[in-house]
Amino acid sequence: MTYQDGQPPVDRVTATPAALDALARVREQRGAVILYQSGGCCDGSLPVCLEQGDLRLGGGDVLLGSVGGCPVYIDDRQYAVWKHTQLIIDVGEGEPEGFSLPAGDDRHFITRSRVFSATELAALRGMKGEPSS
Amino acid sequence: MSVTTTTGAKVYEAPGQAGSPVEVKSRYENFIGGHWVAPVDGQYMRDLSPATARQFTEVPRSTKEDIELALDAAHAAKDSWGETSLTERARILNRIADVIEEHTEMLAVAETWDNGKPVRETLAADIPLAADHFRYFAGETRALTGTSTEIDKDTVAYHFHEPLGVVGQIIPFNFPLLMAAWKLAPALAGGNCTVIKPASSTPWSILKLAELIGDIVPPGVLNIVTGPGGEIGKALATSRRIAKIAFTGETVTGRLIMQYAAENIIPSTTELGGKSPNVFFADVMDADDAFLDKAVEGLVLYAFNKGEVCTCPSRALIQESIYDRFMERALERIGRIRQGNPLDLSTQMGPQNSKQQLDKIMSYVDIGLQEGAELLIGGKQPELDGELADGYFFEPTVLKGHNKMRVFQEEIFGPVLAVTTFRDEADALEIANDTLYGLGAGVWTRNGSLAYRMGRAIKAGRVWTNCYHQYPAGAAFGGYKMSGVGRELYRETLTEHYSQTKSLLVSYSDQPLGLF
Repeated sequence: MTYQDGQPPVDRVTATPAALDALARVREQRGAVILYQSGGCCDGSLPVCLEQGDLRLGGGDVLLGSVGGCPVYIDDRQYAVWKHTQLIIDVGEGEPEGFSLPAGDDRHFITRSRVFSATELAALRGMKGEPSS
Repeated sequence: MSVTTTTGAKVYEAPGQAGSPVEVKSRYENFIGGHWVAPVDGQYMRDLSPATARQFTEVPRSTKEDIELALDAAHAAKDSWGETSLTERARILNRIADVIEEHTEMLAVAETWDNGKPVRETLAADIPLAADHFRYFAGETRALTGTSTEIDKDTVAYHFHEPLGVVGQIIPFNFPLLMAAWKLAPALAGGNCTVIKPASSTPWSILKLAELIGDIVPPGVLNIVTGPGGEIGKALATSRRIAKIAFTGETVTGRLIMQYAAENIIPSTTELGGKSPNVFFADVMDADDAFLDKAVEGLVLYAFNKGEVCTCPSRALIQESIYDRFMERALERIGRIRQGNPLDLSTQMGPQNSKQQLDKIMSYVDIGLQEGAELLIGGKQPELDGELADGYFFEPTVLKGHNKMRVFQEEIFGPVLAVTTFRDEADALEIANDTLYGLGAGVWTRNGSLAYRMGRAIKAGRVWTNCYHQYPAGAAFGGYKMSGVGRELYRETLTEHYSQTKSLLVSYSDQPLGLF
């Protein structure tokens, strides 16, 4: 990812230390994994952790960035309405529903969010690879 | 459980306690081939009640090997079950319905304890609707007809409904028994055998149901395997030995389901949630009457089942000329919602289903406030005493904002209403359709023509008109857009989603074609 005009880098996705630890352990056990930001019913809105290659990715999948060596994706339709917020991958109590790998025993990955400042949004608009809204 | 009620309403004892209508064993097994079968790996997982956050039993943490055992049993049963007469299939479905009805109280209390939903809802809705669903498909299968078409004088095409064989069905946590009924009834009605994976957080009530109906259906027709979705859900959905997969849940797993189905070239049905608009036109306040009262209640229905409903009316769109007066009434009603022990008949809202859900809801209220939404009511956990102090309760919440906010765009699956205003019909329609999803919607007006125009123009599979949250068998249910593919709850679920169509093309002429 490159930046224009000397703007400070802005991460569209970050992770807490707990999430980085959990991802490192998951990768030890499972090999390369991805996180895909889900939506919709039940435990939608959670990041789904999958072995790399399990989900067939297509042209509508936006790569938000990488946390702990793990790429994080979102559907471009969902990204269009989420792009003003930074996603913060964290870990919560309890088993995941859906087909997500757990973030350790009785733990699941969770997305927290932060609204970008005007400065950050301007910097993001200058970033290459930013999908048009 | 020793919670006393301040309203004088009946309070059920918690399952396993003296006087409770529900017995609880310390451990349950998978239900495979008509037997209770321990998981191959011998691993179990806790089942917690969301009211207390305490474990009350444990169920198998199954693996791929257990799914294979269930598929073995289903395949052993599929030929004879597929040949069972319509009369017999209907009799069995009706018998299931009767047994559910006879055990309404037991199943309602079990469902409430596993899920957290108030027992007045499980007694009045979940369990009776589940029973009726089996009756509906008993009727449909007993009355099932094929067609015959006279292609010409000597040639006839006969169309038969044939079973798919063995199907996989993955059930969500929000209505564990009713969603199981939605999937199980048409599958059995179509002559299929099924392997069901209940949700990880609500695996128990369907096992209680299996205790009741396990000997009504022939061995192997109904199989239930509990465990993590990433392990056994995936094993089931990727299996070469299923002829169809049905899933209710979030969009990424929905995509995986469709992808696995594509790899095996089998059909799938997916119900993936929504962000349903509930539209209130100014004329609802033309009179202060029963209809206005119904409309106000219609807004408050976002709190039904603590908002854990795929069609939760979680976006209220209110015409700006009535906004203040209408919301004043609605907020007064919301403020009176009684939260507490879900086994208390006077409780209107129980705890969220799990810590995961509670965390997610709180993270959404946080992002809504960051985005500049105005908190009108709620927004925090209520303070409850005793055993309920650790339960996953959250107050019914209303955030006022605009439709581009994330709290308006993403399903929160909790008692959080996002409310905004609109100017006129065109504005209402634009906001209603400005969503990735299209499962449900509500329209409230005294103007029949307006209601019809809106109902037809909203891109959603179900538009409730002057009502909401009714789920009768016989009315199709399913999504537009990212809300999934397929329809449940009506005849075509049986004939299109759980049957093959066999066309037998027969010539009754003895004359050769004369081509060769």
